[in-house]
Amino acid sequence: MILWIATTLIGIGALAWGFRFAGQAATSNAPKFRDMPFGVAYGYVLGAAILLWLAWAYVQGRSPDPAIANKFFFLRIAIEGFIIFAIAAWLFRILGRKVGTSWSRKLFRSMPLTASFGILTILIYAILAIFAGLLAPYGQEEIIQGVAANIVPGGDPALGGNPDFYFGTDQIGRDILSRLIYGAQNTVGIAFATTVLAFLLGGTLGFLAATLGGWLDQILSRSVDVLMAIPSLIFALLLMTIAQIWAPQLGIPLTVFMVVIIAVIDSTRVYRLARAVGQNIVVMDYIEAAKLRGEGLGYLIFKEILPNATAPLLAEFGLRFCFVFLTIAALSFLGVGIQPPLADWGTMVRDLGGFVNYAQFAPLAATAPLLAAGAIALLTVAVNFVVDWMLHKSSGLKE
Amino acid sequence: MSEEPLLKMRGVKIEGRSDEKWNPIINGVDLTLARGEVLGLIGESGAGKSTLGLAAMGYTRDGVRISEGTVEFDGIDLLKASASVKRELLGKRIAYVAQSAAASFNPAHKLMDQHVEGPVQHNVLGRGESEDDGIELYRKLRLPNPEEIGFRYPHQVSGGQLQRCMTAMAMSCRPDLIIFDEPTTALDVTTQIEVLASIRDIVEQFNTAAIYITHDLAVVAQMSDQIKVLLKGDEVETSDTRTMLSAPTQEYTKSLWAVRSFERPLKPAVHTGAVPVVSVQNVDAAYGTVPVLHDVSFDMHEGRTVAVVGESGSGKSTTARCITGLLPPKAGQILVDGQVMPADYRKRSKDQLRQVQMIYQMADTALNPRMSIGQIIARPVQFYLGLTGAAKRKRVDALLEQIELEPTEYYNRLPSELSGGQKQRIGIARALAAEPKFIICDEVTSALDQLVAEGILRLLARLQDELSLSYMFITHDLATVKAIADEVVVMKDGRVVEQGPKQEMFQPPHHAYTDLLLSSVPEMDPDWLTNLLEERGVDNIGDAAVDNM
Repeated sequence: MILWIATTLIGIGALAWGFRFAGQAATSNAPKFRDMPFGVAYGYVLGAAILLWLAWAYVQGRSPDPAIANKFFFLRIAIEGFIIFAIAAWLFRILGRKVGTSWSRKLFRSMPLTASFGILTILIYAILAIFAGLLAPYGQEEIIQGVAANIVPGGDPALGGNPDFYFGTDQIGRDILSRLIYGAQNTVGIAFATTVLAFLLGGTLGFLAATLGGWLDQILSRSVDVLMAIPSLIFALLLMTIAQIWAPQLGIPLTVFMVVIIAVIDSTRVYRLARAVGQNIVVMDYIEAAKLRGEGLGYLIFKEILPNATAPLLAEFGLRFCFVFLTIAALSFLGVGIQPPLADWGTMVRDLGGFVNYAQFAPLAATAPLLAAGAIALLTVAVNFVVDWMLHKSSGLKE
Repeated sequence: MSEEPLLKMRGVKIEGRSDEKWNPIINGVDLTLARGEVLGLIGESGAGKSTLGLAAMGYTRDGVRISEGTVEFDGIDLLKASASVKRELLGKRIAYVAQSAAASFNPAHKLMDQHVEGPVQHNVLGRGESEDDGIELYRKLRLPNPEEIGFRYPHQVSGGQLQRCMTAMAMSCRPDLIIFDEPTTALDVTTQIEVLASIRDIVEQFNTAAIYITHDLAVVAQMSDQIKVLLKGDEVETSDTRTMLSAPTQEYTKSLWAVRSFERPLKPAVHTGAVPVVSVQNVDAAYGTVPVLHDVSFDMHEGRTVAVVGESGSGKSTTARCITGLLPPKAGQILVDGQVMPADYRKRSKDQLRQVQMIYQMADTALNPRMSIGQIIARPVQFYLGLTGAAKRKRVDALLEQIELEPTEYYNRLPSELSGGQKQRIGIARALAAEPKFIICDEVTSALDQLVAEGILRLLARLQDELSLSYMFITHDLATVKAIADEVVVMKDGRVVEQGPKQEMFQPPHHAYTDLLLSSVPEMDPDWLTNLLEERGVDNIGDAAVDNM
């Protein structure tokens, strides 16, 4: 196997040399080929080789023989998904350029495809979460009478599916599609609330520390250091275990505890950023001018500092949202997060996780837990695309 | 000269990318440079001087491209040359000296290690030989301690010395062409002289050709054989230095030359016994435990401008911080209209704060980039005078008219949509909005081009006459002092060295330091530097002269 890989890599090296040489000859030494380093040529050929292999694998995945097709099943789904999403994002961007105010049209004109994909995905998730009750065919806790448990996704009766339950049912006979839709409401909604809380807390304290400095800054920063020194997931787990005992005694839902605990832990990161950004702004002459004018703390923070810190904070909001969302999914996966029977993607992955073992011979059955995992991955990627684009835009404005 | 020129640029057009399209920066400029000749490239900021300088090396910054024309260096077309050919040329035969040496040296390596990199890389000299040569160059550039200075880190030498080390580094391979990109702009006048003298010497000694980019006419007059004037990417005119200075042909060039003629009429002396608007009395101040000011005292009277001059680190801005209360003095006091002000600005009343306003050097950082011009000016109007609604708007419009900007056009703009000079005007309007008696102007014109700076100075002078304001004018530029000051305070090392009315200060006899400062200001006469060096003797210029005092 190692020998085989080594031979391929060396072969690609030879091809790369040939490619550059052919390019030089064909374009009669255009600067692009003449000054091309070997590494770049190698990269081109390696990229071409990988694309070829993907095309071959896709054809294999469409093979009528299930033994061969199953081997490449997930790769096939990934390639099809990639192409469909790319087309959807492209169409969405064209729509955005045609419809809307002049401001939004201008925004869409300069938008890369990744960002329009991210915005489209986030929009779909938001619609699903807001209208979950209307869109979901069944209730999230509803065990459907007269339907078998563990129906395989795909809706093909020959493979053990059921066209009425395209995404299949879980181990006690609940519709997975409905639970995925409700999961958007629970997981994403709670993650959003938590992130907002974390920003209110961390942002306010961070700006305060940056503006006032001195002992307040010292106390806040050192406390945050202490909190940050503890591994966050383990700390959250510990606090959630304690909260599990307190919650019934106090009569407060466990979810509220979870929101507060994750918000406090994550606000430390927000605090760090807000303080760093704030400190850069506080040394500006316009802040000095405002101070000398005799302005109060509230005016300084909300009118002078905050408007100049929105770009980095907004980008951080996107990233932080992903982390919070993953933490909630992880806590639910570990059994201390969102409690059953509420639908939650992390819990769904845990409950159906065993089916992954069937991946080799019955890929459809293994898809069941991956649907929820995919929902998490897709949202994370989408948010990151949008954040990247916003960061790029805000840094470009500074030049 | 019959021989082939060293550098030949023909019809060079350069474009920069912004807003998704290519915008012209240079619209077809020709340039010819013979061996051993120095060409001065002057123009306002944004004229494309630096871009053209870099293009002479066949190089452009990111997002910039040379769209047309040829750049031929010693018969080699730099625009068509391959990367390896250019690698051979750059550093070895063409060198570049950047504006800020402090930002261009790697702070993690010793000066000598960075000096030898070029010659060793290009196989010109071995490491040992190159070090010896470096010491020799340091000696030629009159750096103190030439044997030892190369083994220091960049932060351990002064700004002027660093700039000379950079020149030495550029000379290390004995290039045919050096491009100097504003090498003295960031330096004090006394330090500038040293760098100018050493650059001129070394370029003459090795018969190196040079392109000298600057916006300071007086500097370029000392340095170059030819002068080329650029305006917004177009060449205005080119001729040899003496002709250019004595008989410029183009209107634009004449206007550049005329800037330095602005001078206010003298005002009658202040009555003895008049209460000064602001009085600084025996102020001592320190940052932490480091003392910065020692027993500083001077008065500022109504309708007068007091210019505070001195090199960087002399305590000019610190004095301003004491007056505004940002840095409470350790001893002494600040009086406004005869009343003692609380030392800390936080303890001053709203009305006390209103009386002292400030205009900053960098208009970019002095205006909140997320607030519109209207909001910026309206805030002090509302804050101090309590005006709201239509009355506030009316006052802001009046202020905008006072600074010669059309209210309807500028009210809703953001600072990023204004030019440097316009931004500085907004800074002035914000200070005026508080209706103060006294304004501190901290180097307000030093970041601006000469024509724009002159406009600001005229505006300040007019406002002073109309509103009988007092200015404390912090500057290191003596031309500005000549233009606007009534009284002058010279500071050095946190002490007031000399003070008095302007007409006295510009007449001898001076304090030795004032004399040094005055004589270090470059003049338009191309022989000025030569004469000055003869007068002072080579070992008594710049820092050396200060140390000898």
